[in-house]
Amino acid sequence: MKLLKASLLPAFLLVIWEIAMRANNVQSDSLAAPSQVAIAFWNALFDGTIFSRTAETLRAAMLGLALGGGSALILSIFLGLVPPAARLAQFSIEVLRPVPAVALIPVAILTLGFGYGMEIALVAFATFWPILIYGMAAIVNIDQQLLDLARVLRLGAYARVTKIVLPATLPRYFVAFRLSMAVSLIIAVTVEIAANPLGIGYELMQASQSLHPALTFALVIWVGFIGFLLNSVLLFAQQRLFGPAGATMVAAP
Amino acid sequence: MTARAQIFWTAGSIGVTCLLVLGWQLVADYSGIPPVFLPGPDRAWNALVGGFSSGELLPLTEATVERMFYGWVLASLAGIVIGAIIGSSKIAREYVAPMLELVRPVPVSAFMPVVIAIIGLSGGMILIVIALGAIWPVLLATVYGVSSVEPRLIEVSRVLRLNRMQTLWKIALPNSMPDILAGMRIGLTVSLVLAVIGEMLTSESGLGFHVLVAARAFRSADLFAGVILLGLIGLVSNVAVQEIERYLLRWKRR
Repeated sequence: MKLLKASLLPAFLLVIWEIAMRANNVQSDSLAAPSQVAIAFWNALFDGTIFSRTAETLRAAMLGLALGGGSALILSIFLGLVPPAARLAQFSIEVLRPVPAVALIPVAILTLGFGYGMEIALVAFATFWPILIYGMAAIVNIDQQLLDLARVLRLGAYARVTKIVLPATLPRYFVAFRLSMAVSLIIAVTVEIAANPLGIGYELMQASQSLHPALTFALVIWVGFIGFLLNSVLLFAQQRLFGPAGATMVAAP
Repeated sequence: MTARAQIFWTAGSIGVTCLLVLGWQLVADYSGIPPVFLPGPDRAWNALVGGFSSGELLPLTEATVERMFYGWVLASLAGIVIGAIIGSSKIAREYVAPMLELVRPVPVSAFMPVVIAIIGLSGGMILIVIALGAIWPVLLATVYGVSSVEPRLIEVSRVLRLNRMQTLWKIALPNSMPDILAGMRIGLTVSLVLAVIGEMLTSESGLGFHVLVAARAFRSADLFAGVILLGLIGLVSNVAVQEIERYLLRWKRR
């Protein structure tokens, strides 16, 4: 019932759109009827371009996320456990964080050239900050008793991190990871649309510039679907793995 | 923490930033990376000062900030109005809200080729894309805020015989202010990103296009000056909205 209600409006809009396009017999370089979009999508799906292009985008997004997220993870643990270091780093973080990753596109082109390298670097920059900020907040919020326990047990720095800190903050890191996954896809596609001749974003730009509105619309929907799918899978995993622990969001300071 | 310790740590953390800039200078000077690829902070600073004194950078900065601001205002107003309508009506929540969830995961930049195809490469296209992108955080925050008003406040409005408009205006919207303002702050960041991307794609004058041209011409000092300026815009606008937020929500801290 809920699903029916939810699908009523989109279905209605699609029908109106189709009828409007057909009734006026629109032959446009910028608009396409839903049926044409569906056909274009079907064709792109079966000649394989859509998959190879998506694989390129996802490769850049995932490697960038691994690089940015990984270094943010390490730095956030260090800064979270050593408060003086966090206080000393604060100003640098506040100044660097607001730099929009897309403003660095020309810098990346200049220094790294076109290709995977620059896209990975930009995704890494963009995903670094949310994981760093959420991670530091998560570590500051660790139950003091757990840290006292680590001291009583005379755990070394390494054991303290792997046995106390990481298990205690894992749900929150996972939430930050899920949010950064969305960011990584957005930045990868954006970089491809703006500059990088690679992946689904470039394909999208090509379709638009060669006046294939049906394919353009189909690719936009596809990109949205990928984002939706990734988020749904991670959300499911989060609920399965951590239950309510993952749902308590840390407010970003 | 005492006031003195506070000052000490603040000075220390600014000092660390200065050390980082110094490190950048040393790398630029002695690592052998040609200044075409990595200009030192001194060159970037000179380009920044030179750009402003020659009158080149100011209109570009204004163009970008204006674009970002108007797009953001447009998105915020539309987001609050649409969000209030959806949030305050059960029917709209059931029928319209799920569709929003379908559109939301599409990266906004992916809409750019579509909008470019429909209305062409122009400043208007950038504005539309900014509005389209920055509306989501505000819209969703408003829907959430308006639909999760404390039930007792709803009862109060019923006792006072407020009609739907009055309930919305006097109770639901003020009650969702914290959510809406938080959404608007995120929207502002999105606006800057989309303004820059839009300028790069459409070649409309502004800092986004400026940095792209500088990179293509290997004028790396101008490029870094532009990036620093964009970072400053991000920083200042974020702090400004944060302060406005704090001022408007001062009732909450009591």
